[in-house]
Amino acid sequence: MALTLMKGSEAIAEAAIRAGARFFFGYPITPQTEIPEYMSARMPEVGGCFLQAESEVAAINMVYGAAGTGARVITSSSSPGVSLKQEGISYCAGAQLPCVILNVMRGGPGLGNIQASQGDYFQGVKGGGNGDYHLLTYAPSSVQEAIDIMMFAFDKAEKYRMPVLFLADGIIAQMMEPVEMPEMVDYKVDPEKKPWACTGWKPGDDPEKRGVINSIYIDTESLTVHNARLQKVYAEARANEQMWECYKTDDAEIVVTAFGTVARIVKTVVDQMRADGYKVGLFRPISVWPFPYDALKETCCAPQVKGILDVEVNEGQMLEDVKLAILGEKPIHFFGHLGSQFPTTAEIRDKILEMKEGK
Amino acid sequence: MSVVFERTKLLTDKQFHYCPGCNHGIIHRLVAEAIDELVQEGKLEAGNVMGVAPVGCSVFAYDYFNCDMYEAAHGRAPAVATGAKRARPGTLVFTYQGDGDLASIGTAEIVHAAHRGEKIVTIFVNNAIYGMTGGQMAPTTLVGQKTTTSPYGRDEAWCGAPIKMSEMLSEVPGAYYIERCAVNTNANILKTKKAIKKAFQYQLEGKGFCMIEVLSTCPTNWGLSPVEAMKWLEENMIPYYPLGVKKDKGAE
Ligand SMILES: Cc1ncc(C[n+]2csc(CCOP(=O)(O)OP(=O)(O)O)c2C)c(N)n1
Ligand code: SF4
Ligand SMILES: [Mg+2]
Repeated sequence: MALTLMKGSEAIAEAAIRAGARFFFGYPITPQTEIPEYMSARMPEVGGCFLQAESEVAAINMVYGAAGTGARVITSSSSPGVSLKQEGISYCAGAQLPCVILNVMRGGPGLGNIQASQGDYFQGVKGGGNGDYHLLTYAPSSVQEAIDIMMFAFDKAEKYRMPVLFLADGIIAQMMEPVEMPEMVDYKVDPEKKPWACTGWKPGDDPEKRGVINSIYIDTESLTVHNARLQKVYAEARANEQMWECYKTDDAEIVVTAFGTVARIVKTVVDQMRADGYKVGLFRPISVWPFPYDALKETCCAPQVKGILDVEVNEGQMLEDVKLAILGEKPIHFFGHLGSQFPTTAEIRDKILEMKEGK
Repeated sequence: MSVVFERTKLLTDKQFHYCPGCNHGIIHRLVAEAIDELVQEGKLEAGNVMGVAPVGCSVFAYDYFNCDMYEAAHGRAPAVATGAKRARPGTLVFTYQGDGDLASIGTAEIVHAAHRGEKIVTIFVNNAIYGMTGGQMAPTTLVGQKTTTSPYGRDEAWCGAPIKMSEMLSEVPGAYYIERCAVNTNANILKTKKAIKKAFQYQLEGKGFCMIEVLSTCPTNWGLSPVEAMKWLEENMIPYYPLGVKKDKGAE
């Protein structure tokens, strides 16, 4: 298939449409505004719906409304806007609504800046909204990978009946790359497959099948049952949905852990340092929830590994999961950038050399 | 024997949890009857109804209305209804919201649903108080009215005069039909039902946003008996919140 040069945001938007998304609700915010802009032109072409909401709060609640009918629905935003969506995301998780949420991360806290960042790892992976819930969360490191994940994101969301979150740093959305765009999927709501959805129940039909999109369970017993049901789903997702990439780790003495665009910079460092005879490798979680703890441990705690370097554009958020995986078995170093500045290959290389010298 | 009165099909047989004398129950019944009639008249296909319950005393409305239902986050029902209606444009979609839900935390959502001319109907139950949380001040609480967070009576200089949502929303171009009603007398109950049904009919005709505000009692948190509460509504609420059509583009 032919490669086309596409901007990340537009490629992700097009992939969502090809994956069957026919409803987009969003609100402009840099650096992801190209997504709603693209959707506003493209959705009418495929008989879909683009609607500019009055706020991110409204947008995620429109997602709740449309996803409740069984349709494939997507919203996108960037960090401050995703903060506003947290209430609705928690409701979607509680009501077990499949949907896709894109966070094109920018610098924070507060208004921060509009440059690419990775500062919302905690928000995406550790909660964000209230209650015991998780989102299937992916951190793509290239435009092509974002497209490929999008092509199965709705299937996963529907299989587990949970929202999928893309934690993409601004660079993924802003850069242009040659990509292969998959064929359009033919998706139609099938009430048989989505018996929970609001698809036209009428009095006299099986009362069990009435669409009730809801997250309130007022007594302790029913809420316990509901939460146990959610936890069972999360356990299944933990068992089946972990994704990661090991890059030249087989004999690595130093393993760098990184996600998203940072991992790509690290790959270059690995290649450069290998050419100079240093045994360096990269471990990259692709799903950050469920986090690939076991795979990371296996890779990073291999006998020849002398140390781990975690690199992020934040103050060490994924670092906590790396530590949880390693549990003190190997020394872990951290290199982070604040102010949403991405590290250079030279900076990462220097940090690795420092580790080698035992600094 | 012929049936003279029965439960509407649009209500489940779940027992309401509302306090004695609360108007929520009457209003539920009117909404359900209006929809039922539209089905019986062949104007609406059974099953093509989706309702959105709020956070407030009517949070369990999803258990009472016998159709596909949502329970929305506090104030967000109009946005949820927007998503539902856009996804299934052929269905009748309504929200049912209290005054804290609609006139406080959800003002952005209701104003913009109206602004977009969203083809939904909102049933706005104004009881001048936060019923569910135990009687705190609402934006609609009357000046001088005592609540658990205005124990000396609402002070206009401190927190403003009560907001009139129907008047305000009728200024929004996308609003098609807005009427304020009450269920304090038999005549007013019939008027309320007529208004609700008219709003639904407008929606089926593809007209814009419609809202029926219904003045309602909260005997429990007003600290009055059901009968006294009705009297209080007549003497205090109706003069401040005049009943009647605020906007009807269909009649213009
Ligand atoms: C985000 C959020 N804030 C606050 C609450 C608490 N709360 C529940 S109901 C309610 C007020 C409801 O009042 P109203 O909308 O007037 O409905 P009523 O109970 O009077 O019918 C509040 C503040 C909540 N559930 N969610
Ligand atoms: S608290 Fe007030 S509004 Fe709520 S059910 Fe009781 S009377 Fe009705
Ligand atoms: Mg109230």
